[in-house]
Amino acid sequence: MRFQPPGQIARALLGGPNLWDLVVFPLVLAALFLVAWGSHQMTAPYQLGEVIPISLDPANLPHYALRTTLRMALAMGLSLVFTFIYASLAAKYRRAEMIMIPALDILQSVPILGFLSLTVMGFIQLFPGSMLGPEAAAIFAIFTSQAWNMTFSFYHSLRMIPNDLRLAADAFQLSAWQRFWKLEVPFAMPGLVWNAMMSMSGGWFFVVASEAITVSNQTILLPGIGSYIALAIQQKDLTAIGYAILTMLVVIVLYDQLIFRPLVAWSEKFKFELTGAQDVPKSFVLSLVQRARWLPWLLSLPAAAWEFSLRLFRRLPAVPLSALAVRVTRRKRRLIDRLTLIAMGVAAIFAALTLARFVLGAVALSEVGHVMLLGLITGLRVLVLIGLATLVWVPVGVWIGMRPVLAARVQPIVLFLSAFPANLLFPLAVVIIARHHLNVEIWLSPLMILGTQWYILFNVIVGAASIPTDLKEAAANLGMRKWLLWRRLILPAVFPAYVTGGLTASGGAWNASVVTEVVNWGTTTLTATGIGAYIAQQTTAGDHPRIALGIAVMSLYVVVLNRTLWTRLYRYAQAHLALE
Amino acid sequence: MQNTDALIEVRAVAKTFAAEGKGTLTVLEDINIVIQPGEIVAVLGKSGCGKSTLLRIIGGLTQATQGEVRYRGQRVSRPQPGISMVFQSFALFPWLNVQQNVELGLEAQGVAPAERQRRASDVIEMIGLGGFESAYPKELSGGMRQRVGFARALVVNPDVLLMDEAFSALDVPTSETLRGDLLDLWLERQISTQAILMVSHNIEEALLMADRIVLLDANPGRVKAELPVTMKHPRDRDALVFRQMVERVYTAMTTAVVGAVAKLDAIGIGHRLPSVFVAQMEGVLDQIEQIEEAGSAELPELAEALHFEIDDLFPIVDVLELLDFAHVTGRAITLTRHGRAFVEADILRRKEIFGEHLLKRVPLAAHIRRVLDERPSQRAPEQRFLRELEDYLNEEEAERVLSVIIDWGRYAELFAYDYNAGILSTEDPGEEVES
Repeated sequence: MRFQPPGQIARALLGGPNLWDLVVFPLVLAALFLVAWGSHQMTAPYQLGEVIPISLDPANLPHYALRTTLRMALAMGLSLVFTFIYASLAAKYRRAEMIMIPALDILQSVPILGFLSLTVMGFIQLFPGSMLGPEAAAIFAIFTSQAWNMTFSFYHSLRMIPNDLRLAADAFQLSAWQRFWKLEVPFAMPGLVWNAMMSMSGGWFFVVASEAITVSNQTILLPGIGSYIALAIQQKDLTAIGYAILTMLVVIVLYDQLIFRPLVAWSEKFKFELTGAQDVPKSFVLSLVQRARWLPWLLSLPAAAWEFSLRLFRRLPAVPLSALAVRVTRRKRRLIDRLTLIAMGVAAIFAALTLARFVLGAVALSEVGHVMLLGLITGLRVLVLIGLATLVWVPVGVWIGMRPVLAARVQPIVLFLSAFPANLLFPLAVVIIARHHLNVEIWLSPLMILGTQWYILFNVIVGAASIPTDLKEAAANLGMRKWLLWRRLILPAVFPAYVTGGLTASGGAWNASVVTEVVNWGTTTLTATGIGAYIAQQTTAGDHPRIALGIAVMSLYVVVLNRTLWTRLYRYAQAHLALE
Repeated sequence: MQNTDALIEVRAVAKTFAAEGKGTLTVLEDINIVIQPGEIVAVLGKSGCGKSTLLRIIGGLTQATQGEVRYRGQRVSRPQPGISMVFQSFALFPWLNVQQNVELGLEAQGVAPAERQRRASDVIEMIGLGGFESAYPKELSGGMRQRVGFARALVVNPDVLLMDEAFSALDVPTSETLRGDLLDLWLERQISTQAILMVSHNIEEALLMADRIVLLDANPGRVKAELPVTMKHPRDRDALVFRQMVERVYTAMTTAVVGAVAKLDAIGIGHRLPSVFVAQMEGVLDQIEQIEEAGSAELPELAEALHFEIDDLFPIVDVLELLDFAHVTGRAITLTRHGRAFVEADILRRKEIFGEHLLKRVPLAAHIRRVLDERPSQRAPEQRFLRELEDYLNEEEAERVLSVIIDWGRYAELFAYDYNAGILSTEDPGEEVES
């Protein structure tokens, strides 16, 4: 948030346009126009059952790509607003925090794709007779895939704000509004930008999956790349799939260059360090924008808005984070805490009973047992695949990470790979499996990890690249080699980063199971045994109690796996292996 | 009692922190200070004597448990526009450039943009930052950063300027220059500030600037003495009057150590052992012995020989007295019989002597050893002792004290500690299982 003082703006305007302006200005205008046009399309009339014409003509792909991107952007905006509100409340009110943070943890573990069928009907009823219904449902699905990690990141940043900065904000009597934009948001910015980017990367997968929604045997196809793919699959059109993959590649490259890199380079200035870093991320686009003379003029708009908002929110009472100390005695506070806990416990029991009644009204107990077993099978698949991915990518990642020049070059590629929605490649896998009559139970499994394995590779590269040079030199000096070197230096150093990657990959794989355990190619349907397949089948059938059962069981497995495995590994890594 | 002319009145201020169990930690007790317009007052004291807390209470950043602070007769319960503050760590917003950092306080007061910019530019020019308006803090040296800190505090035209160890993060020549520049602004009345209250642990710094020095005692923090400083500016630190004044303040401060000794005889297991490493004790003991060869050792001399601030020396001296290795009378420090034996011993014997004294003089060490010996497994989780300590201390303090006693106990080989498992045991530390 860099606001130019008015003098600079005047100077910039007097200087007249420069070469950069000629490039930037039309681009800004064109972007604004495209957004306006795309959003207009979203509000077109629509009735449930109506078939929105989707065409496999590649000439439509730019339009579809725009619609897909727009959905993504809206969901991101929504996620940001949610993040600001939710995380601020959780960080500032201790009692809210007691409920909000565990809730966020659970939300993070719920398989989003399973929810789609439930939300779609709700949104269609909310906006009757308009495209907004299914559009909102898709956007909501993307939102649920993006918001949680951003919220966590923002919350943690708020908790980490250095005490002296808080005191300075107190001493100079910053209003709550000023404090938020001048202290809290800037401090959280690097983490927030990074998580937003990760969310966007993951989001492409969900945008593709949520555009073609099948509910109660009705297929709603929203104009977009996801629907294009769905249609291509239905018509067994491999060429069209090729086109879609190409379009997606172009979209992701554009997104990487136009948004990702500029943002990361820009957020560098918010890094809380008082020494200038040597190796600062650079972005061609950011330089272009920063050099354009017209830009300060454009930026004077937010600057004016800031001045206005200052006047508007000046009387907003500040709730400084440092004033959190509640003025009740400890004993009293403990009593209130205990009462809150009891109330929450009662509410939880009530919720569990309601869910149980809803599910057991339609489903026999034996089927519940069966679903638990299905969950176990999928869980086994996830663990085996994470294990395999670890065996492959840890050595590769270490090899790359120990070579700084190579690592710098490979990192953007890996990020790019993680952004590419793996579901575009599913049809190719199906064709191969069907043609060679391979075992479905085994060969469908790798699809689960196709998109999320990159998180392991990426984090291991980062971990290996950050091994301090003096440690490497000390190891060489001591003559440590091979296994000893791995056991004593490399593995412990890489482990914390690996756990972060593994946790993300594992969560992603569970989520992906809903779309990877049942895959179609024209009329061919390949189904593997597992809870993902169960949820997918019940979604198609529109059987809500069974969908609820599937989601609940899968969430349970994810939470248990996270708590028993990943959280423990993470704690261990933080306590014993963090390089300081 | 009402003092109408006073700018700041601190009346019977006390601050206590609730500890986890029954105990409370009293940081400040019955503090009374009056600050008149036109004076610079320095609060001097050891670390942990609550001087920074006092400054925060005066600034309205923390509330006093008892008593009150009045600014121009009005009770201070939150930050006031007329009082601004300079921080030891600068506390600059790294994402704002110099101009934006300086404008921050004005923005909070609702000053219009044009005026904001003008006033900030003026102050930036005055404090010697002209040309650096668009620089970010990370581009500046430490001295320049603190200049931004001063500009930010002065731009709001404060009545009272609070300085929390404002120069102690800077190297000596830099802090000298900055101090001189600030003093010039003050003496030439270029700033509208009516009074400056500074907190410091550096005697010379306080004597170079202040018109009055308030000495704070520690545990709990109390005003021990007030000394007027009447020397004319510019003050010469090599002048005889100045050296005598330094000695006077030094003596006044060291009597605090003697006061502390009286309390040491009756320490319990909840005693707040200072964070002092064994190596530091060894260093100081060796140094005392060296000086004693030429005569008797005095604390100022000792601090200088070790390149210590008195602030760093006091906790070590406290521990040496606690362990009966050294004895302080007035300003002189002498080795006891045991201290001499320790200095002359080799490393293994040193461990033995240290262990004996630890068991005899530090109840917590004896207690841990006894508990471990009584248990068949000779092991106990650290949680057990932490819970006990939390009867006397708050959680953070309990953890700190336990880590101190673990360091000492390990050195003396009284007990071993497994960091990963959080287990204390009497095992031979050499056999500690690696995990």
